Amino acid sequence: MGSVKAPTIVSAVSGILFGTGLAVSGMIDPARVRAFLDVGGAWDPTLAFVMGGALFPMALAWMFVGRRSRPLVESHFHLPPTRPIDLRLIGGAALFGIGWGLVGLCPGPAVAALAVHPGPALVFCSGMIAGFALFRRAADGAGRS
Amino acid sequence: MELDVGAALTGLAGGLIIGLAAALMLIANGRVAGCSGLYARALGLSREGAPRQGALAFMLGLPAGAALVAVVIGVESHFPTSLPLLVLAGLVVGFGTRLGSGCTSGHGVVGMARLSPRSLVATATFMATGIATATILRMTGWAA
Repeated sequence: MGSVKAPTIVSAVSGILFGTGLAVSGMIDPARVRAFLDVGGAWDPTLAFVMGGALFPMALAWMFVGRRSRPLVESHFHLPPTRPIDLRLIGGAALFGIGWGLVGLCPGPAVAALAVHPGPALVFCSGMIAGFALFRRAADGAGRS
Repeated sequence: MELDVGAALTGLAGGLIIGLAAALMLIANGRVAGCSGLYARALGLSREGAPRQGALAFMLGLPAGAALVAVVIGVESHFPTSLPLLVLAGLVVGFGTRLGSGCTSGHGVVGMARLSPRSLVATATFMATGIATATILRMTGWAA
């Protein structure tokens, strides 16, 4: 265990909590996520409650770290930029939404669902990993990471 | 439409746990709990991001947490049966989330709570195309 670092343990706990929350909320059921997105059909509003529930502690966390110079375990913050809004962002989000609407799975629930529906979840995850790899190749070709 | 109060409450409770998970990642590690980015990192498909060991620990934690809930209280999950549809959706989700630098967790939860303009625009965009796609699928009767 000597080589397991404290930030790794934090990440593991965060992942376990995340998977727990996804399962408790019912969001590892792709049929229910699709029923949320299908607003004109038999609408299932659950996802809105899940988002609301998640945003509350997260907003408090942002307020907390706003007054700190470093996080509790790692030596400094590693935060993504909040701008610019460019075509790459919009195009990527638009594509992601199309894939999300097709089945009702986004990356978090897809991997969490490996525990309850390993067969179809693995098929989706294989496609997703191929998508990651395809992007990596395209980005390398364009000289970006 | 009648509101299913039980589903709303478990949704809220699960959402709170998800928010706590992401809050822990930010407060302790100073990082965004974004699933797509952490997976790509864990799988060696991204040059930048969290240390690989941590990314892998997070990724493996997700099914571990879900398994725990499945054993203790049970989990319902209904997948579509079409394998080509699952692969296609996965492919588009994988490419799109990397191009757009995030998904429902990184943009939708963490970035929205930060009021990040990028995340607000990304979330509005993937919600819009997600709603459009699910609506078209119902209207055409395809992939029901």
